[in-house]
Amino acid sequence: MVESVLPAPFHNYLLNSSYDEMFTNDGEVRQHYRLLLDKILEMPSEELRRRKQAADLSFLHQGITFTVYGRSEGTERIFPHDLLPRIITAKEWSTIEQGLTQRITALNMFLHDIYHDQRILDDKVVPRELIYSCPHFRREMRGVNVPRNNYVTVMGTDLIRLPSGEFAVLEDNLRVPSGVSYMLTSRQVMKRVFPGQLQECRVRPIDHYSHALLETLRSLAPEGRTDPTIVLLTPGVFNSAYFEHSYLARQMGIELVEGRDLLVHDNTVYMRTTAGLRRVDVIYRRIDDDFVDPLAFRQDTILGVAGLFNAFRAGNVTLANAIGTGVSDDKAVYAYVPRIIKYYLGQDPIINNVETYLMAEKDSRDYTLENLDKMVVKAVGESGGYGMLIGPHSTREEQSEFRSRILANPRNYISQPTLMLSRAPTFIEGGSIEPRHIDLRPYILSGEKVTIVPGGLTRVALRKGSLVVNSSQGGGSKDTWVLAD
Amino acid sequence: MLSRVADSLYWMARYLERAEHTARVVNVHMNLELEQPQDASFGRWARVLESLGMDKSSAQELDPHSLLHLFCFEQSNPVSIISCIRSARDNARQVREQISSEMFEHLNKLYHEVQTAAQDDLWTGDPREFLDAVKEGSLLFQGVTDSTSGHGEGWRFIQLGRFLERAFTVATLVDVHFEYFSGDAAMRPDAGPDTADYLEWIGLLRCATAFEAYCKVYTAKIAPDRVAEFLVLNETFPHSIRFSADRVQSALDAISAVSPSRRGAKAQRVTGRWRSALSYAQIDEIIANGLHGMMSDLKRQTTEIHSGIYKAFISYPVETALEA
Repeated sequence: MVESVLPAPFHNYLLNSSYDEMFTNDGEVRQHYRLLLDKILEMPSEELRRRKQAADLSFLHQGITFTVYGRSEGTERIFPHDLLPRIITAKEWSTIEQGLTQRITALNMFLHDIYHDQRILDDKVVPRELIYSCPHFRREMRGVNVPRNNYVTVMGTDLIRLPSGEFAVLEDNLRVPSGVSYMLTSRQVMKRVFPGQLQECRVRPIDHYSHALLETLRSLAPEGRTDPTIVLLTPGVFNSAYFEHSYLARQMGIELVEGRDLLVHDNTVYMRTTAGLRRVDVIYRRIDDDFVDPLAFRQDTILGVAGLFNAFRAGNVTLANAIGTGVSDDKAVYAYVPRIIKYYLGQDPIINNVETYLMAEKDSRDYTLENLDKMVVKAVGESGGYGMLIGPHSTREEQSEFRSRILANPRNYISQPTLMLSRAPTFIEGGSIEPRHIDLRPYILSGEKVTIVPGGLTRVALRKGSLVVNSSQGGGSKDTWVLAD
Repeated sequence: MLSRVADSLYWMARYLERAEHTARVVNVHMNLELEQPQDASFGRWARVLESLGMDKSSAQELDPHSLLHLFCFEQSNPVSIISCIRSARDNARQVREQISSEMFEHLNKLYHEVQTAAQDDLWTGDPREFLDAVKEGSLLFQGVTDSTSGHGEGWRFIQLGRFLERAFTVATLVDVHFEYFSGDAAMRPDAGPDTADYLEWIGLLRCATAFEAYCKVYTAKIAPDRVAEFLVLNETFPHSIRFSADRVQSALDAISAVSPSRRGAKAQRVTGRWRSALSYAQIDEIIANGLHGMMSDLKRQTTEIHSGIYKAFISYPVETALEA
C-alpha cells in the first residue's frame, strides 16, 4: 500500500496489488488515461458533482431503469452509473476481438457437434456424462438443423484483468445475455456529460450495434424468406431487462412481442396485428429455453408460445439464440473451453480461462475443501451473482454450508482462486475519486460473420473492497472507451 | 401493428385524457367554491362526483380535504388522477419502442411529478398548482405526440382513445349539469339564468376549456341552450362532442383503409350513425326531445364503438383471421 501522491479529488486513491487501469504500480498515470486525468484535475470540484447529477437525472427521465425482484414498492431503480469511463487501448482491444471471435466460433462448432455426431464426446475430449448431466442440455435438439449451423447468435462474455495486466475469461453467457442497452445508453449520456473528451480521446463509436444485430438476425432467416419479419420476444414489462428489450426493438425498428401476441398454426408462427395475422420468420428471444414453449418444455408458464418448438424444428422460424445453448455456459463445461478451441480449431486460446477446478474431480475437490477461505465457489447453472461463496469474505457457517453442498452434489460446483479484479477510478458520493473493482462484458454477434462493436459493459463493484459487480448485487456500470489507433 | 400495441396506445390516450379532464373539473369547482356559502358545498361535490362517474354519496361522508385526495391521489380509486396517470404510463411502458422517446420522457416526467406531489404534503401549498401541472403535462404530451410521431396507425389509435374518452366525459358532464340547473324557466330561449346559476354555466364551459371559445361565437351572453349547442354540436371546437365524433370517424376510416379485411365495418357503421346524428341535429329539437336521452344515447354509442374496435382489430377470433 502506498500513500496517494495525487491532489484532490484523488487524495484517497490508494494502489494495491491488483492491476489499476489508470495508474502503474509506481503511481504514474498510464498514457491512454492522461487526457482524462488532466481534464478532471482542471475541473472545479463542484463540476464533477454537477455532471454526475445531470447524468443521473437523464437516466431517470429516460426511464433507463431495471427491476429488483423481491420488493413490492420502489422496484424500479436507475441503473447505478459511474461518471468516469474505463479506457482500453486499440492494441488491447484487437487481442480481445480476436480472442472472442475464436471463442464463439469454437463454441458454435461444439454445440453443433454435441447435438449431432458428438465426435468430441467419442474422442473423450469432453466427458460424455458432463454433457448429459447438464440441466441445459436439450435432448430434443439432437439432429435438429439450424440455419448456418449457428447456435449462439449473441454471446456476452465476462472478461477480467489479472494483476499481470492480461485479460482472462471469467464466464460465458450464451443464453440471453443482457446489459447491452446500458452500454449504448451510457454512451449517449456520456456524450452529453463529457462531449469534448470523447472526441479528443478518439473513442471508437458503438452506435451501430443495433444495426449489426439486425443484420445478424436477418442473415439467419429460414431458407426462401428473402424479406424476413424479425421480432424480439420478451417475457413482458415485469422482466428485469424489459427496458433493454424495448430499447433494442425500437433501435432495430422491429416489433417487440410477448408470447400472447404470437400463435402457431400448421408449424408456422404468426403474430396478431390490427390487420390480421402476419408470418414471423426470425425471433430474437429473450426468454429462457424452459419458458419458450409450454408444449415442449415447462408447462406451467404463459410466457411462451404453444407449438413454437415444433415450428422451429420444422425450420419455419429461426430462434436466436437456438434452443440448448445453455449447455456451454454451464460453469463446469466452461472449464473445457480451451480444450474445445484446440479440438475444433487446432489453436491455442488467445484469451485464457481463469484457473478453474471441477468439484466432480477428486483432487480439485480435496484441494478446494482444504482452502475454502481462499476460493470462490460457484454453482454451475446460476448467474447474476447468485449461488456463490466468496471465500475471503465468508463466515465459517457459510463455508461449512458450502462444504456439505459440494459433497452432496459435486457436479454442481466449480471453484476458482479468489481473483484480484483490476480496479478503475470511480466517482464516490461526496466528491472524491477512488479505485473500485471492475470487469468487462463485450457483446459478440455471430451470423454470416462475427461482429463485435468496440466496447462493452464495464461493470463496477461500487461498494468499497467488493468483488461483486452484478447489478442485482449493488454493482453499477461505466462507459467503456475503446480508443482508435 | 400488433393488436396489443394498438390496445396499449388506445388506453394510454384514454387514461391521460381522463386525468386531464378530472384535473380541470376539480380545479374549476374549487374556484367556484370560493365564492359560495359553505353549506352549499355538499351539493357541489356531489355533482362533481357524479359528473366524473363516481359514487356521489361520498360527498356527504368526506370533508373537502379527503374529497380532493379521492379525486387526485386515492390509489384505490381507479379514476383518480394518480391512477389514471399511472395506467397511462404503464401502457406507454408496454409500448416504449412504438412511441417516440420524447413522448415517453414527458409522460414519465409527469408520472414522477404526480408521485412526488402525492408523497409531499400537497395541501400546505396550493392544490391548484398541482392540477395545473397535470393539465399542462397532458397538453404538452399531446403536442409532443402530434409533432414527434408519424401520423400512421399508432397515432390513429391514440386519436381514437383520446376522442372517445372526451366524447364520453363531456356527455356525462353536460348531462349532470343540465339535470341540476335547467329548470323549465332556464331553458326558455333568451331567458338568462340568475346570477348564482350564471357562474355555474360559466363553470360548465370552463370544465371543457370552452368559455373563451364560446364567447367568440355567442358573445358573453350565457344561455343554457347555447351552452348545450356549443358543447354538443359545435363543429370546430376540440372539446365538443361533435368535433370528437369527427375525429373518431376519420381515425377509424384510416385504420380500416389499411386493414385488408372488412372486419372494421361494424364499428364504422356505428360511428357513422353516431356522427351523422350529431351533424344533422338541432339543439332545440334535442332539448324538446330531452337532452338526457340524447346524452345517454351518445354514451351508449361510444361504448358500442369501443367494443366494435375491439372485435375488429384487437381481440378478433383467430379462425376468421386465418381465412382472410
